Amino acid sequence: MQISEVVNLKEGTLCYHCGEECVSLDIQSGAKTFCCTGCKTVYEILHENNLCKYYDLDNTPGISQKKLDSALVSRYSYLDDPNIIRQLTNFTDGNISICNFVIPQVHCSSCIWLLEKLHKLNSGIIQSEINFLQKNLSVKFKNSEISLRQVVELLTAVGYEPQISLNDIENKVKYHSNKSLYYKIGLAGFCFGNIMLLSFPEYLAPIGSLEHSFKQFFGLLNLILGAPVLIYSAGDYFKSAWSGIKQKSINIDFPIVLGLVVLFIRSSFEILTNTGVGFIDSMTGLIFFLLLGKLFQSKTYDALNFERNYKSYFPISVTLKNKSEETSIPVSNLKNGDRIIIRNNELIPADAILFNGNASIDYSFVTGESIPVQKVAGEIIYAGGRQYGSAIELEVIRTVSQSYLTQLWNKDAFIKKDEDKFNSLVNIVGKYFTVLILFVAAAAFLYWYPTSLRTAINAFTAVLIIACPCGIALTSPFALGNAVRILGRNKFYAKNASVVERLSKIDTIVFDKTGTITRTGDADITFNGNMLSPYEQKLVKSLVRNSTHPLSSRIFDAIDTKEIFEVSSYNELSGKGIEAEIDSRHVILGSALFAADKNKILQTAERLNTNTNSRIFLSIDGSIKGFFAVNNIYRNGLDNITADLKENYNLAVISGDNESEKENLSKYFGSSNKVLFNCTPHDKLDYVKELQDKGHKVLMVGDGLNDAGALKQSDVGIAISEDVTNFSPACDAILDAAEFGKLNMLIKFSKTTKTIIIISFIISVIYNVLGVTLAFQSEISPLLAAILMPASSITVVLFTVLSTNLMAKRRGL
Amino acid sequence: MSVIVILVFFSVLVAGGFLLAFMWAVRSGQYEDRYTPSVRILFDDEVKEKDIT
Repeated sequence: MQISEVVNLKEGTLCYHCGEECVSLDIQSGAKTFCCTGCKTVYEILHENNLCKYYDLDNTPGISQKKLDSALVSRYSYLDDPNIIRQLTNFTDGNISICNFVIPQVHCSSCIWLLEKLHKLNSGIIQSEINFLQKNLSVKFKNSEISLRQVVELLTAVGYEPQISLNDIENKVKYHSNKSLYYKIGLAGFCFGNIMLLSFPEYLAPIGSLEHSFKQFFGLLNLILGAPVLIYSAGDYFKSAWSGIKQKSINIDFPIVLGLVVLFIRSSFEILTNTGVGFIDSMTGLIFFLLLGKLFQSKTYDALNFERNYKSYFPISVTLKNKSEETSIPVSNLKNGDRIIIRNNELIPADAILFNGNASIDYSFVTGESIPVQKVAGEIIYAGGRQYGSAIELEVIRTVSQSYLTQLWNKDAFIKKDEDKFNSLVNIVGKYFTVLILFVAAAAFLYWYPTSLRTAINAFTAVLIIACPCGIALTSPFALGNAVRILGRNKFYAKNASVVERLSKIDTIVFDKTGTITRTGDADITFNGNMLSPYEQKLVKSLVRNSTHPLSSRIFDAIDTKEIFEVSSYNELSGKGIEAEIDSRHVILGSALFAADKNKILQTAERLNTNTNSRIFLSIDGSIKGFFAVNNIYRNGLDNITADLKENYNLAVISGDNESEKENLSKYFGSSNKVLFNCTPHDKLDYVKELQDKGHKVLMVGDGLNDAGALKQSDVGIAISEDVTNFSPACDAILDAAEFGKLNMLIKFSKTTKTIIIISFIISVIYNVLGVTLAFQSEISPLLAAILMPASSITVVLFTVLSTNLMAKRRGL
Repeated sequence: MSVIVILVFFSVLVAGGFLLAFMWAVRSGQYEDRYTPSVRILFDDEVKEKDIT
């Protein structure tokens, strides 16, 4: 056997820019080695502009440029359209514009440094500022020197391609801002602190020893400080209670508002008539704590987006072919019958018929399955697929919003609001609580009325004040807020706190198959046929090294050898396969139609008992050795999860695929649980709805846009994502795929949280009963109120936070 | 003892100053991004080449 030149790769040669392993040492610049020319170009731009400090701040901070097709100069031509510029610009006065971009690649301090030094790369840029957590870059630039398109091209050139989607155009991204909550807390904290200070003399001085004029002065001051807290800081509680009454239901805010108003009126009365000092200190303290709870509960994950629909992923523009001319038009202007050109790595925006070219469509956005599907001319290609390989020409048959996939968003599930479908525990408790305290207060009034009207009013107000359910109102924010944080540490990112509570109520779990319970990243590659000799393995590895097709790189990873042969006359036919002369042998790897003789393929396929779809056949010197098959691998821990959850929940699998995996699935899910195949996105939504109509609370676990309907319809929708900042359909929570094995524990933890909330309710009710008993006897002093109310709040907060932490630790979360 | 009244007046005034400072901080967006500035502050100032040689 004659061995030609063997290139021995130096192990550990990493790209200076992005840190990926270099396949060859050919791409160099200034003694630095790069994995691809894209990375090298970025380095050279930075080097030229004296910005190499980028590489000192963090090791290999760059973004791999391999997958980008930088050759497409016309890609951003749509950014010259004045309409689109206007929609993307946040502010402009004709000379200076400010634009915001979402840049998903931002990940380290080097990124911040470089992106804020854009003015060094182009003098037209005045300032650029990044918000790291939101991955949002704001660029201020001079219109006379640089256009929006050039800004985007500059960002792309340094490796930070902004994500510009249809969504940005149609409705500007709204940023959730906590500003007004901060103002309210600031004011409440200020007034609370000062009032406490002014009330101290009253607490500490022996009764009656305080000078009368001081008492009045402090009281009036307290009243002045307390009024804005009640009116402004507690404003949201008034609004919420009022909207509850309007909808003829009583929520937890109603007894709170009742308590606050009674507190204020009675205090004003006492202070103004000089009969007491009031309870303004308790009132402001209560509002301050309630607002803190609100802040604690409002933990949000800025970088994550839970509201995405197809518009977040679809491109803004598409290349329209008009006879021989090519123009770039916004996708929303596409009409039936338009001819469009889709290039390598571009997304197909509308259902269309393939007219010309080799289509190899990656539907991973839609189904989670990343292995491209081959299509021939005349076939329908559905919107949402991504083309791999050379450019194709399509004829649009349905507009963007009427396409098969996008129609899903016209369904009812997307119209109704989230809040409508859920009545939280605390509001249910609040309803009964209100009725109860009104009853007790009335009883106290009637009991004392024969003695004296004054005592009766005192007892009546005291009951309302002391029974104010601050403990109950604080329980949920702190328990759920803390649970959200604990889940976040386990890479389960909930949209808001109510997700945790809803999760504790579910009884049915529906899984999507592809991409959810199977892994997408590294599918299992097996070779079927005669065992490959180490020499043949080397041949294959040398061949696939040259191709960027996702299947090639998987085969490359699957073959465990370091040596590589030199490859000559390499040829890649997109959508079909690759061939080359290696070590003077003709090696072909590709689909059945391509790998040598069709008859032989069929024979081989028959012998190996398989069909020819999604098989990569290998032929060496004309003889077919067998094929590589891509198998589904189920995620680690799936058996654990199903075994654990089977006991308490109904499980179901709903898949868009064919039935080939039926046997494997029933191994995991057992025969009693439902496994459905060949489901369209609409079927999935309808199935969830059907379960809900039967009275089930459904958790949907999915990953692609085809699950979007089911995720939205379900009581809780969890999206599994390989890269949480990148892609996920609209959902209630995002779970990092690496932590999939913890799903059962996370669900159970939500149940534990609910138990903790109930225990905490009981604790605060005990406090209330104790207080009401004293109040009933009309024996409530300001000092007692000032101690009892914070004490109950603090007990509840400590209990919920500590016990959720303890339970999480015990469960290993 | 009426000096207390003056003292209380000033203490509320000073505290009010802090409240206004806090409001200004919120208004100017300092609570919008609580991470990036912590990284930004660690970047060294530019050192010009000719200063070294």
